[in-house]
Amino acid sequence: MGVTGKDKAFVHPYMPNSVPEIKQQMLDELGVGSIDEIYKSLIPDDLLYKERLDLPEPIVNEYELKRHVMGILNRNITTEDYVSFLGAGCYRHQVPAICDELNMRGEFLTAYCGDTYSDHGKMQAIFEYTSMMGELLDADIVSYTTYDAGQSVSSAFCIALRAQAAKGHDNRRILVPSTMNPEIRSQALAYCRNAGEIITVGSDPQTGLMDLQDLEEKLKDGGAAAVFYENPSYLGFFETQAEQIAALAHRYQALCIAQPEAASLGIVESPLNLGADLVCGDIQPLGMHMQFGGGQAGFIACNQDLGLAEQFPTYMYGITKTGQDGRYGWGRAMNYRCSHGSRENANEYFGTETGLWGITAGIYLASMGPQGMYELGETILQKTSYAIRRLSEIKNITVNLFGGANFQEFVINFDQTRKTVKEINQELLARRIFGGKDVSRDFPQYGQSALYCISELTTEEEIENLRTALTAITEGRQ
Amino acid sequence: MGYIRTDRDFHEARWDEPIIMELGNPGERGVMIPLASEHITECVGSGESLVPQGLLRKKMPALPEMSQMQVLRHYMRLSQETIGTDINIDIGLGTCTMKYSPKINEQMVRSPKLTELHPYQDESTLQGILEIMYRDQEYLKAISGMDCVSLQPSGGSQAIFANVQTIRAYHEANGEGEQRNEIITTILSHPANPGTAATLGYKLITLYPDKDGLPDLEALKASVSEHTAALMITNPEDTGIYNDRIRQFVDTVHEAGGLCVYDQANLNGVFGITRARDAGFDMCHYNLHKSFSSPHGCQGPAAGAQCVSDKLRRFTAVPTVEFDGEKYYFDYDHPDSIGKLRKFYGVPAVLVRAYAYIRSLGPDGMKQIAELSILNNNYMLKKLLTISGLSMPMAEGRFRMEQARLSWEQLTEDTGVTTDDICRRIVDYGFQDYFASHHPRVIPEPFTPEPVETYSKDDIDEFVEAFRSIAKEAYENPELVKSAPHKAALASQIDESGLTDWDKFATTWRAYKKLNQNA
Repeated sequence: MGVTGKDKAFVHPYMPNSVPEIKQQMLDELGVGSIDEIYKSLIPDDLLYKERLDLPEPIVNEYELKRHVMGILNRNITTEDYVSFLGAGCYRHQVPAICDELNMRGEFLTAYCGDTYSDHGKMQAIFEYTSMMGELLDADIVSYTTYDAGQSVSSAFCIALRAQAAKGHDNRRILVPSTMNPEIRSQALAYCRNAGEIITVGSDPQTGLMDLQDLEEKLKDGGAAAVFYENPSYLGFFETQAEQIAALAHRYQALCIAQPEAASLGIVESPLNLGADLVCGDIQPLGMHMQFGGGQAGFIACNQDLGLAEQFPTYMYGITKTGQDGRYGWGRAMNYRCSHGSRENANEYFGTETGLWGITAGIYLASMGPQGMYELGETILQKTSYAIRRLSEIKNITVNLFGGANFQEFVINFDQTRKTVKEINQELLARRIFGGKDVSRDFPQYGQSALYCISELTTEEEIENLRTALTAITEGRQ
Repeated sequence: MGYIRTDRDFHEARWDEPIIMELGNPGERGVMIPLASEHITECVGSGESLVPQGLLRKKMPALPEMSQMQVLRHYMRLSQETIGTDINIDIGLGTCTMKYSPKINEQMVRSPKLTELHPYQDESTLQGILEIMYRDQEYLKAISGMDCVSLQPSGGSQAIFANVQTIRAYHEANGEGEQRNEIITTILSHPANPGTAATLGYKLITLYPDKDGLPDLEALKASVSEHTAALMITNPEDTGIYNDRIRQFVDTVHEAGGLCVYDQANLNGVFGITRARDAGFDMCHYNLHKSFSSPHGCQGPAAGAQCVSDKLRRFTAVPTVEFDGEKYYFDYDHPDSIGKLRKFYGVPAVLVRAYAYIRSLGPDGMKQIAELSILNNNYMLKKLLTISGLSMPMAEGRFRMEQARLSWEQLTEDTGVTTDDICRRIVDYGFQDYFASHHPRVIPEPFTPEPVETYSKDDIDEFVEAFRSIAKEAYENPELVKSAPHKAALASQIDESGLTDWDKFATTWRAYKKLNQNA
């Protein structure tokens, strides 16, 4: 006696009906001899692909598959292996274990576009995310998550253009700061090409702040649908003129759009309380790992201004009453706004974006609470300030080029060292440090400069190591 | 053997969880972070002293204050009130390709070797992820027959957007950017096709199905002109009817000087059977989270791939990943590129899953996906069509590819029970609700299932029998179906006006409270 092996038919663990007997039963039910008989009756012969796909042979067991894939991924050197001072739109923060635990729950992880009744919990979790973002931003209306901050900024521009046009204020200009995130700027330029015109407002060469005189001239000369600013700016400094920018915009019938940093908002005021009409940005810092840039997700928010809300292109999860007192249900509200609701007549296109990161950001905000968010903002401010202070002791480099107050990032200029940022970063890499983002190509006016990022995870020891390394490198020592 | 049952006493967890904004108590904490040391604080002062005047927050955000276990419990409960693919037979959400997402792939993308990677690191430290992206590109070339692949799109719709940008860049390069201002699509194409074209200012021409259920070829011939920028078409469309005249569509548009773009968001029925390039298309796109198996994550993160022929290579979204024999690198050298679609480089976790998925299946396995999804679908349809009141309009008697659009019109006429009622009722049986149709509902009372290859014959039989049971209920006790759901987490119907009336519009708890205070 013994176990007799079955025929070696290719029965894949992900395909139950690859078992020959089952497949045969199904074919019999259909009265056909083979599967290709089905599709050959549908697809013309000249369109059939008759070769074998040029793909490698399968690795069918999990052990070898994992060895193979991880063998490749293990060639990466990560920010856990080396010390990183990179930010520029993707940030390393503490990710609470429950964020990972909960977004791995199969129910959340594998649900999709189910609606009010099948996915009650998902709908509530999304509504709670928007509700908590509403508190963080002091906003009544918060969008469903978009792809990333760039998509949110681009859509916010389009929202402003349409809202203005609806009020009869037909101006296609959007005024943006010259220090704007260059990747988002190029994204917005491409996205808004048919909707509006993006015009750069000058900045003060010393402080980097928006040149209010230039802003007013541009508003006076050609007007604008909206004025946009980042706070903190892409280059790390606070835009201290937030209220003046909003006031100027409003004086010339323009809307004010601002991009705050989510990690700062426990201690820094929401732009909506400083006159902005719309806020947009990224939630990656709120519980998402960096994932090589894949942890990004955008938000757009405003006060209960239905003129603006009507122009939002994303799904919006609205709360509503049910047949049972005190119990709520949720659904996609005012869906005619979306391309899913009205195809080409919609505001913009919309697709599968980043729902799981919205739920995760909700879990993060609930865990952090007001005190946690305050401490996060405070700690980053303190450690950033400390890093600037310590690194400023190094000769021949200018630390914090713009001189003002910063949140999490600051520019170091290396012109006096006669080395390029690229060279310095290579030398830092040899010391197991990822130096700041090289901004010399995007901002040639600031010379050989790099954008350094500090987070709540940065330690004093890491700052000291950076100081030692930069001192040695700039002095030409090994 | 053949174990199926539809008489489960399914009751979804119903926790009646309060809104999180009402949970917790002042002072509770869910998580701590590493604070600045006393030394740092002594050196630089308090956080508040470092915020410029006027920018300091005046009022703490009214976030919940909860301990960690209580946050976890709340969300565990919400998860139990969500019918993910992992816990049901998710055939109903047709067009969404709700296949099994292998757990081994999930384990790998959760590795710090991916999660703790910063996109601006030096390329020498990124050779692992770059190699995977490069190999993905090569595999997608083989699968599509195209010459160049960009993995930059954040999702299927952004991939379609990239294709529309490429259409414009191509015609502009030929000096016909202004003139070619019309895009032709079909009413059964995904809304992102007209949506993206309109976002970029194109005029849309929409083709409707002819008597065979295929886009009207004569209407296409009448529509093309020197204004035609492109045809954006799906095949098969949501109806699952393969458009066997697709080559004529392509030729007609090419003759008029337009480009042809294949929407292959859902590739599940054609892997290794037919390729976009071989039908003459200039471009196509894939939703990598669908046919290439990434969990759909409550609507993302997703990822798309833009696949183009040689003549469009120079316009592709940058960067692509190339290999010089020694190292992998980002290549921005696409001279007339439509630029970057987003910050950084697409959605890498989805790209890693797609890589692992392709490697776990190989060339024959990939083709088997298509074959089994076609078999599953036609088997399911044969059984479904024995249910009273359910029919499959258009192209009667023809097989379908991997999905199909059915209609409950007869049942609605007979009983008054609509597809929306059935969609709620199926939840009582422990299934995810189903996808009826995109707007507009060209086929009345629609129902669009897609039994992908990861569902067993038993799963399909159970799915069919659940609908047979509901149809029986509709004929015998229509009120039971019309008043559904009864056993779901939310067991009463919502007040729809809350979602369709601007006066009741609330997307946050604070907005809801304000509106109801005033009421």
